[in-house]
Amino acid sequence: MIRSHSARLAGVVAGLAALSLVAAACSSSSSGGSTSGGSSKLTASAPGITATTITIGSHQPLTGIAAPGYDEIAPSSNAYFQYVNAHGGIYGRKIVYKYLNDQYNPTITATDVHQLILQDGVYAIFNGLGTPTHLAVAPFINSEHVPDVFVASGCECWNAPSTLPDTFGWQLDYIREGKILGAYIAQHFKGKKIGYFYQDDEFGQDGIKGLNYEIPKSQVVAEESYDPTNTKIAPQVAALKAKGAQVVVSFSVPAFTALLKLTMLGLKYNPQLVVSDVGSDAITLAGLLAEFAKNKTAGFGNSLTQGIITDGYLPSLGDTSNSWIALFHKIYEQYLVKKKFPFDGNVLYGLAVGYTFVQAMFKAGRNPTRQDLINAVNAGIPQASAVAPFAYSATDHNGITGAYIGIIKNGALVQTTPVYVTDDTPTGAITTYSSPQPTAPKSGIPSP
Amino acid sequence: MVEFLEFTLEGLSAGMIYAAIALSLVLIWRGTGVLNYAQGAMAMFTSFIALEIIYVTGNYWLGFVSALAAGLVIGAIAERVIVRPVTGKPPLNAVIVTIGLLILVEGLAGLLYGSNNRSFPPAFSIDGLSIGSVALGITRNDIFTGAAVLLAAAILALTFRYSSIGLRLRATAFNAPVARLLGVRVGRMLTLGWALAGLLGALAGLLVSPSTFLNPNSMDTIFVLGFTAAVIGGLESPAGAVAGGLILGVVLSYAGGYLGSEVVNLFGLAALLLVLMFRPTGLFSSAQARRV
Amino acid sequence: MTSQVTEQVEVPAAPRGRLDWLNRSTLGRHLAVAVAGAVILYLISVGLDAYRDYLMAEVAATVVAVAGLTVLIGLSGQISIGNGAFMAIGGYTGALLFSHLHWPLALIIIAAALVAAAVGAIFGVAAARLHGPYLAGATLMFAVALPFLANTFANQLGGDQGLGFFVTTPAFLGVNFSLQRWQAWVNCAAGLIAFILLANLIRSKVGRSWRAIRDDEIAAALAGLNIARLKILAFVVSAAAAGLGGVLLAIFNGTVSPSLFTLNLSIQLLTAAVLGGLGTLAGSIWGGALLVIVPIYLEDVAVGHGFASQSTSAAIPILAYGVVLIIVMLAFPRGIQGGLNRLIKKKGSA
Repeated sequence: MIRSHSARLAGVVAGLAALSLVAAACSSSSSGGSTSGGSSKLTASAPGITATTITIGSHQPLTGIAAPGYDEIAPSSNAYFQYVNAHGGIYGRKIVYKYLNDQYNPTITATDVHQLILQDGVYAIFNGLGTPTHLAVAPFINSEHVPDVFVASGCECWNAPSTLPDTFGWQLDYIREGKILGAYIAQHFKGKKIGYFYQDDEFGQDGIKGLNYEIPKSQVVAEESYDPTNTKIAPQVAALKAKGAQVVVSFSVPAFTALLKLTMLGLKYNPQLVVSDVGSDAITLAGLLAEFAKNKTAGFGNSLTQGIITDGYLPSLGDTSNSWIALFHKIYEQYLVKKKFPFDGNVLYGLAVGYTFVQAMFKAGRNPTRQDLINAVNAGIPQASAVAPFAYSATDHNGITGAYIGIIKNGALVQTTPVYVTDDTPTGAITTYSSPQPTAPKSGIPSP
Repeated sequence: MVEFLEFTLEGLSAGMIYAAIALSLVLIWRGTGVLNYAQGAMAMFTSFIALEIIYVTGNYWLGFVSALAAGLVIGAIAERVIVRPVTGKPPLNAVIVTIGLLILVEGLAGLLYGSNNRSFPPAFSIDGLSIGSVALGITRNDIFTGAAVLLAAAILALTFRYSSIGLRLRATAFNAPVARLLGVRVGRMLTLGWALAGLLGALAGLLVSPSTFLNPNSMDTIFVLGFTAAVIGGLESPAGAVAGGLILGVVLSYAGGYLGSEVVNLFGLAALLLVLMFRPTGLFSSAQARRV
Repeated sequence: MTSQVTEQVEVPAAPRGRLDWLNRSTLGRHLAVAVAGAVILYLISVGLDAYRDYLMAEVAATVVAVAGLTVLIGLSGQISIGNGAFMAIGGYTGALLFSHLHWPLALIIIAAALVAAAVGAIFGVAAARLHGPYLAGATLMFAVALPFLANTFANQLGGDQGLGFFVTTPAFLGVNFSLQRWQAWVNCAAGLIAFILLANLIRSKVGRSWRAIRDDEIAAALAGLNIARLKILAFVVSAAAAGLGGVLLAIFNGTVSPSLFTLNLSIQLLTAAVLGGLGTLAGSIWGGALLVIVPIYLEDVAVGHGFASQSTSAAIPILAYGVVLIIVMLAFPRGIQGGLNRLIKKKGSA
């Protein structure tokens, strides 16, 4: 009975087709953007996402040579996440932040990230800290198609959408920073002799690159590097002095900025210090220098930091009228004081980058896939606590694009110029960014 | 010329610190035949103790003395609890055990004090000294450091050579069973050796921590360089330790000042290999009594 | 009636049978063990998830490097706290060959080991006259200084960023084959081959000569052994094994950079060699496994209990690792393998 056979066959095929259409419609997650119909169910739309939680991972130096200061960042981000969790979470889901201690050792970083992705199945890697450490794992993370968002490093190597499509930077990268500082120096210290003091790695070398794009070669009389495992920097500082540098630009971490200052005291050498944001946190510096007062004069550390010129891409901690500082201080008081952290630049950094992540997650949608998060960042994140906008787009994975110049007075950073934005090319212009910074939302949580 | 003078003086002052570590290593080696890889970490720990005392009492010298006392105690405890069980066993066991001690002490310091850099007060002023208008690049604190280390080295050398305790220490290291037969309380000598080395290490920590800031890993590099200095000088004599430290300090200072920080460690290696090529047991070692 | 007066002298019958050749051929015996090992490792690797396959690759690379060191220290009596530097040489050689010359993987691995061996020879010549703490100091400084070459020759060696070494699974295994499993296979295979070579060397005349030097250098010299050449050979072998471990590390890690090869690595290799049991290949397996697995295990426990979210509590697993090292060393004075040997002997004589 051929007719009934083919009819039955047609019926079966039609039924299967209908079933598969229905199944496809039900099981496929929404492809980005918010779905209409407010009370759609929360599903396990991606690895690391359940109906109630979003699990993200990170690698951080909690112990070891890179730990000083940087060990505050992840707990600070976590504090912001806890605040968000306590106020409704992300579309009702709580953020679970699992950060592992890699001791700034790339082998341990690789093991940690393999564990987070292959065993724990985290949704994304967030704020992986360190240039050599993260470089060891960025290709792996991308090969697993896991979002690698807001890397805690100013290397411009995170801006590589063709080779690392899932990786995004966040902070002002070192080349941009060098350009902004360099332009300021070229303008305000015309004719003076400039000396460089820099950490002998990506951070310092990129900073010098940026400086050299802006400062005339004839002005640079000395370039002295230091190795972070060796605190005996006196020979380099003596060399700077011997070459007569009147302005010393330092791309150094706080410990070495402080050592630079102390060594200069020992050499009776008093040039103008211009320091990268990485190493100029006034509170950290004052703490490191505090014990050197002859008679324990109060604020001695502060007096040693007086007059240091630096840049800032987040509002100054001393600017208590700033809505973001007020918000973050409130969260610090609630969650971080008990950890005995001072409210310093690292805490501010951690809170600010946590805020950006929450912005991105809201944009990714109610039931996001991993690609949804990538798309959300590629579509651009609105400026929030940073003083300059993000560069995020499908072709640019750099983060904050500019900073202001300031001077440390009485232990706090005072802004002295408008915000400048630029790119990281040798000839890209440095322009003033005069749009006012958006105010922090009253709830403290970005709007979805 | 001024630059050269500055480099030299800086090298000498850095070298004094390496010499201090080298002295404590020499003491333990000559007294007990062991290389203590935890020497730097123990010095870091006693410096933390000093810092706590200084915070509580506001008195630097009280903290100074407490650190030295703590060094004595910690050295003695380390010997009794961790090193004594491995005497008589293959010599590398003692190395591993001290490496375990290094990790333990750094972990303990991290647990108790956190990983943050702490400011450590210097004994004396850190304002630069100058002759006329020429800044020398050294400070009163540097002079105190040098004097303290030289004094310690002199006391150590004299003790070893002229006192009965020194003789007993050396006898214990040279041949413990025979020394025991001759009436030397070998166990006590071992503990004493380690206690004194702990004191010397504590001194080194106090002297160097102002310029490294104090954190659980702050003595790591200093220890490596102190070890290198000890090997350059030959592990047999306090004079060798001081000489090795000064030579290394000066070489590294010139390398860093004239050439740059990337080559500093390479020059350290070169200096070491150069010395060992001509004197395989270090500069100041006596004739090779044990080798044919 | 046969006389029972004559003494029954026990003459052990000559071994007979198809496996007779195993008893007489060292190479054959080692090959058989290696084949058995390969089967076991294969079964383990397919039974594990991707993360544990990755750890397997890491253990294999570590074990190879430790094996070279245990031969150097345990058999020839020389110390090195610098084998991490030879790992760096192997790793960087592999990365450079991979990105510039695109050689097949097997060739890269062999070449990396050979280059490390060559440098080992040079260092061995310089170090042949040194003993004890002086040799330790020289190797220590070597380990500290060598990584800085990456910054001195930043253009060729990538500076602090390092170089990439991204192996991909070969086509014949299919597109979806787990990269981690492939890495585990490559590393274990290389490790087994290295073990066969080392085991043969240990049982050979060279191995016996090394032990003679270790036990009494003067007597060995008097017996006519060329001390310097044998000592240098030991250094070459340990450097080759370390270089092999280094290129295997590059394979599972995906990049090489100076911060991978710190002094700490050399110290850990030494620790693993001693704790595992000096001079024995089995000891290097215990040591390498301990070195990789114990810190991870301690971290997992800490994270599980909520320590590890802050720098103070994050120090707890590190502190625990130090305690573990001390306790294991006190409990097993001859290393883990030494302890096992004693257990076996006791059981055997019971």
